[in-house]
Amino acid sequence: MSSVIRKWAVTALMAVSSTALFAQNPAAGGNNAAPANQGDSRRILRVDITGGISQPMPIAIPVMPTPNSVTTLAGTTAVLGRQVASVISNDLKSSGLFSPSQQASLHNVSFPEVTAPQYGYWLSSGAQALVQGFVQANGDGTLTVGCYLYDVFASQEMLHKGFVVKPADWRRAAHRCADAVYTRLTGEGPYFDSRIVYISETGPKNHRLKRLAIMDQDGANHRFLTNGQSMVLTPRFAPNQQTVTYLSYVDNAPRIYVYTLGSGHVRSVVNKPNTTFAPRFSPDGKTIVFSMSVAGNADIYKVPVSGGQATRLTTSPGIDTAPSFSPDGSKIVFESDRSGSQQIYVMNADGSNQNRISFGSGRYATPVWSPRGDLIAFTKLGGGFHVGVMKTDGSGEQILTNGWQDEGPSWSPNGRVIAFFRTARNSGHTELWSVDLTGVNERHIPTPLDGSDPSWGPLLP
Amino acid sequence: MTKSKLTISLFAGLVALTACSSHQPKAASLPPAPATKAPAPNSNGDVDTGAVRDTVVLGSHADFLRQVGTDMVHFALNSHDLDSEAKAILDREIRWLKKYPSTRVTIEGHCDERGTREYNIALGEKRADAVRDYLVKAGVANSVNVISYGKERPLAMGSDEDAWAQNRRAVTVTPN
Repeated sequence: MSSVIRKWAVTALMAVSSTALFAQNPAAGGNNAAPANQGDSRRILRVDITGGISQPMPIAIPVMPTPNSVTTLAGTTAVLGRQVASVISNDLKSSGLFSPSQQASLHNVSFPEVTAPQYGYWLSSGAQALVQGFVQANGDGTLTVGCYLYDVFASQEMLHKGFVVKPADWRRAAHRCADAVYTRLTGEGPYFDSRIVYISETGPKNHRLKRLAIMDQDGANHRFLTNGQSMVLTPRFAPNQQTVTYLSYVDNAPRIYVYTLGSGHVRSVVNKPNTTFAPRFSPDGKTIVFSMSVAGNADIYKVPVSGGQATRLTTSPGIDTAPSFSPDGSKIVFESDRSGSQQIYVMNADGSNQNRISFGSGRYATPVWSPRGDLIAFTKLGGGFHVGVMKTDGSGEQILTNGWQDEGPSWSPNGRVIAFFRTARNSGHTELWSVDLTGVNERHIPTPLDGSDPSWGPLLP
Repeated sequence: MTKSKLTISLFAGLVALTACSSHQPKAASLPPAPATKAPAPNSNGDVDTGAVRDTVVLGSHADFLRQVGTDMVHFALNSHDLDSEAKAILDREIRWLKKYPSTRVTIEGHCDERGTREYNIALGEKRADAVRDYLVKAGVANSVNVISYGKERPLAMGSDEDAWAQNRRAVTVTPN
């Protein structure tokens, strides 16, 4: 059995760069060998995500064995097997769609058992789905994490994948496994193997230290990017995740900048003596759309990422800001108070055809187009701030959160979860939270200090 | 307000420091302990405590505050309109600025916390610009810069009407 595992692990997966690569077993053929259209009327194990969260699916994710415990730069493969299972369990639980069993209560899976589950035992444990796997040290210093999903009732494998990573990237292999399981069981796109860039905050309300910070979507691998000498706000990932655009008050002049991850290089984008703010990348990463205040009046402009001439897109005497591209790059949604109060508008990417789409009671701010293209998330003001979603024509409004001040939504890569920040009354403390489209599954995202302005990046390459 | 008090006391502290460093007393030549009885009022009616008193330098921010009475004007919710009270304050500012035309001025625009972050940056800029516009139209020759802090630098810490009213402001910052 172990030789079978080893065979596909070696043939399917090779890390050739610093990022984790993965592929599936070529012998399995097709995408996860999905049995959906095989003329078999047998019930397919699937999580119902349409009708709210009625009952999270019971799932077992036992400790992943290792064929041979080897010490790596990230610890022994035996310990990593426990940690990988925990990360997968935490990811699936955080979606609100799964109810993982307590790891400690599960029986120890042996290495050969990974591909031959004891279905009887798992059935009696109450699990409907089973995730097994292994962690193996390869001769070249990399790790292989095997990832198997089984339908316990049907006694059938639903997918197997393997991920080869450098030991330091073991969490990414775990997130990839969780993504594969989530996608296979829900039909939704993956989102666990992704990062969040945000503003870390600390200090009294009238003198907050604000720093650019980055972390995995589950709060791990946290890192500060700026030292807090200058106030920074509203970061946004570039589509390729190599850079972040944000607002900085360096030299007491609020201007938009681009920060290069890795090198830490920072450069100015617009060379004008005006305040520039609210920067966002276009989906192709070539353009930054932003607001600029001229004689007090904020309008929306766009500029090539490399710099150069800014093109004005709006000309209203009101405040036009918070632009966000549609995923196909053809349209921009933004907020404007040209009607007398903040409302949401959509225009073509060249500024033509500006139409108001929000008509409910109250004010609307910070619209963000979903990566799936179907919805716009926003902050609704009036009796507090609440995060909600509407269709791109403004219909079907749904309010998802109920904090005192919830603002600044940002979509998960699969368009099913929204990160935002919640400010506490009086103290001004800020926290990062996420909520899914049902509005039921609301979760605190852990950060070392306070946090605001989350920008959820795309799936890692 | 707090800021200007701080500025004055810092200034006084600096004077005190300078005084100390130019007459570094040695341990052996320490002055006698001060008298314990209450000092008598001097001819101005002030109590002369023997400490370094702050003197307001003409053209300084302290002088600005003494002449104008305040360094800030306030706004209604979601508004950048200058009301009559604000204009009266700015008229006093204008008189002072015309006396010191080479003094560089920065107008800070601020908002209360009941708007979203980016909108408030734009609104704070409108408030600061409304003040600049009023000063410039009155013919001040000073260089007037504006900066918006949105809702990021509140003056009052609470989340109530009183705090919000205090925080919707534009502050005229002149050099110390």
